[in-house]
Amino acid sequence: MIRYITGRIFQAIPVLLILITVTFFMLRFVPGGPFTAEKAITPEVLRNLEAHYGMDKPLLNQYLSYMGNLLFHGDFGPSFKYSNRTVNEIIAQKLPVSLELGAWSLAVALFLGLSLGILASLKPNSWLDYIPSTISMVGICLPTFVLGPLLVLFCSIKMGWFNASGWFDPIDRVLPALTLGGYYAAYIARLTRGGMREVLSQDFIRTARAKGASETRVILKHSLKGGLLPVVSFLGPAVAGIISGSFVIETIFQVPGLGREFVNSAFNRDYTLVLGTVILYATLIIVFNLLVDIVQVWLNPKLKFE
Amino acid sequence: MISIIPPRAFNFFTTFLCLSTGFALLTGCQKRIPAVDRGVQEQILHRAIGADIPQLDPHLATGVTEYSVISALFEGLIVPHPQTLAPQPGIAERWEISKDQLTYTFFLRKNAKWSDGSPLTAYDFRNSFKRILSPSLAAPNGYLLHVLENAESFHSGKLTDFSKVGISIPDEHTLELTLKSPAPYFLTLLTHWAWFPVHLPTIEKYGNMDERGSDWTRAGRFVGNGPFFFKEPANGQRMIVTRNPFYWDADTVRLNGIAFYTIDSVDAEERAFRSGQIHITDALPITKVKTYLETKNPALNIAPYLGTYFYRFNTTDPILADSRIRKALTMAINRREIVEEVLHQSQQTANAFTPPFTAGYTSATKVQTNPDEARKLLAEAGYPEGKGFPPIEILFNSSENHKLIAEVVQAMWHRELGIEARLVNQELKVYLDSRRQLDYQVCRSSWIGDYVDPSSFLDIWTASSGNNQTGWQNTEYDKLLRLASLEKNPEKRFDFFNQAEKILLEEAPIVPIYHYNSIRLIDPRVKGWYSNLLDQHPYKTIYLENP
Repeated sequence: MIRYITGRIFQAIPVLLILITVTFFMLRFVPGGPFTAEKAITPEVLRNLEAHYGMDKPLLNQYLSYMGNLLFHGDFGPSFKYSNRTVNEIIAQKLPVSLELGAWSLAVALFLGLSLGILASLKPNSWLDYIPSTISMVGICLPTFVLGPLLVLFCSIKMGWFNASGWFDPIDRVLPALTLGGYYAAYIARLTRGGMREVLSQDFIRTARAKGASETRVILKHSLKGGLLPVVSFLGPAVAGIISGSFVIETIFQVPGLGREFVNSAFNRDYTLVLGTVILYATLIIVFNLLVDIVQVWLNPKLKFE
Repeated sequence: MISIIPPRAFNFFTTFLCLSTGFALLTGCQKRIPAVDRGVQEQILHRAIGADIPQLDPHLATGVTEYSVISALFEGLIVPHPQTLAPQPGIAERWEISKDQLTYTFFLRKNAKWSDGSPLTAYDFRNSFKRILSPSLAAPNGYLLHVLENAESFHSGKLTDFSKVGISIPDEHTLELTLKSPAPYFLTLLTHWAWFPVHLPTIEKYGNMDERGSDWTRAGRFVGNGPFFFKEPANGQRMIVTRNPFYWDADTVRLNGIAFYTIDSVDAEERAFRSGQIHITDALPITKVKTYLETKNPALNIAPYLGTYFYRFNTTDPILADSRIRKALTMAINRREIVEEVLHQSQQTANAFTPPFTAGYTSATKVQTNPDEARKLLAEAGYPEGKGFPPIEILFNSSENHKLIAEVVQAMWHRELGIEARLVNQELKVYLDSRRQLDYQVCRSSWIGDYVDPSSFLDIWTASSGNNQTGWQNTEYDKLLRLASLEKNPEKRFDFFNQAEKILLEEAPIVPIYHYNSIRLIDPRVKGWYSNLLDQHPYKTIYLENP
């Protein structure tokens, strides 16, 4: 297993290097730069700005110096937009917020998704199945940018229970986590129901029941592990999506997370911030996919590390 | 189907689900006291300011977003009158202007202090001006100081001796500024943040004076001279400033603090306003203006703002090089229809490029909407009824509003002139790049004046201006603006501007469409906030009061 993990990590290194290189050069070939603005700056000011950021040197030198700073010092460089902040600082400030939002959303997604999914699988084709299945179908169809403002409209503006935007008090986590988590919960519920139905109809479940195991034990001990397999394979990309793809949620609820910086940095041509966030998200996706593979082997004895 | 009913399992899950959901709801759901109500009791203004503030250093700040915060933290020689923007004494308690209108002598308040209690003197102003003009700082607004004698040469690096720049200090409370030519708008210009003093000893603690990226504006390090200062670090969503006890006019200040919220979505901002989180929004989505107007909501505040929305023509394009064609296209646009139908009256129809009543100036020449004349001009140019006219492209940066307007213009040109236009949208920076390289035919543009004077609008169409970006140049136009810049008599000066604007509108390298309004929601309990052309709101007169 350790050899497997080490192998995967070594595979990831060239992937990351290629990604950084491609992103670096692609960014530079996109029209418009960090200093392009509605009001033109004088040529002298532009020259001095470029000199300050080392952009007056040949592109290859800039690339080598960026890679040198990154690999030997872990330094992502200064941000172009926030001129007195470094990219490391911005990531250190905003990533925890995105991770926290991700963690709460994942908790909501798993709790609601698994509960609804299991509930629906217990009595198929009855109202106990139809209601959770309908809820999850609606959840899948309802985009977060509709659900979010609807929740705000009711819970914040009408009832005054929550802030409409911001990330100040613990209570401010509720609406963003419900919106983002709710969307994934819907998928998880469908997958859990499917997985559970399949396992519950197998022979070993009948055996367990015949041996007098309680229904709770049948569900929790015998079916859940197998029933969750489809959910686990879904979770890998979902977790990466929850953490990196929360731009919409972060904008609706004005959560000061990294998702917004990720998107806005591209619009601002904040070269270093784009690279920093791309590298970070790529690493996260690689790590989560690896974790999912490990969990899948653990859950399913038929699979082996190769 | 399996029909075993697992009653215990069913009970277990439903109970678990109901209990935990119920618990989660109960812990959260209590009616909260809105921040705006607490704000009124505590005299804390909650104001949304749009996108995150990239800079609190007034010498590096570029936008009005930063100004909203910076104006609470710094004060220049002059402050704008909250209603009229007329120059009022700031750090300078009075000033004298020489007869030739070239030398301005400012007498500074002896009780002016920095927020660390140290005295604020004329030397601080001189050093600050030196800093913003230092080439290595690459301050984008440094050009605003080019009115000073030799400032431009120093800024471009041609002159290295700063003592030759038109600044002298007879004593530590007197500052003498010498201009390169008379500028009747000079006092107004001084209210711009580029002229704010900065505390050099603090800046030099964290880097060189003329170095970008000096990290002195952080909480705990920051020193300013305005009515407020800040201790709490900004965290990317809110920044709180509190009263500065060392401010010279601290007794006038009524607010105990201001919380600035960086909300970069206009929709989220409007929701935050409705849920009682903020007293003042930065803007209002155009789609919602109609509802607010119809319901006569007292929070809606629409006021003229010194800016123009217009279309540029690329005069180096073979088709658009002909001024008759540009004029025909201009005359075929019904601007009133755009303002009424698309913008729901939230903006003002533009009849010239400079907004009316800019420092008392209103262009005598007006752009006409005249489809008959437009058709005649097009026929004269060789395209009767638009026959043979190649399709032209309207470029705009991706935005729903720009698209709506472009579609209406496209329809008007088709209806009135029989010509086809294609819409091309590009992401903002790509669009700006295309515009700069004259890689367009017609493009949507906007211009916001830096200070209240026609020159802030008309100077950009001179041949040497980096903001021209139409390829259009006219020696007579350039000459008139040069004459205006040397003229001391205000009437004659406006006359030069009028002649210049006439040439601009007749040659039509641009089509003015509308003049901006600032549109926002303001809690009626906010007092002492007045609308003005530059959208500048000195905080020391603002307070909160229940009706």
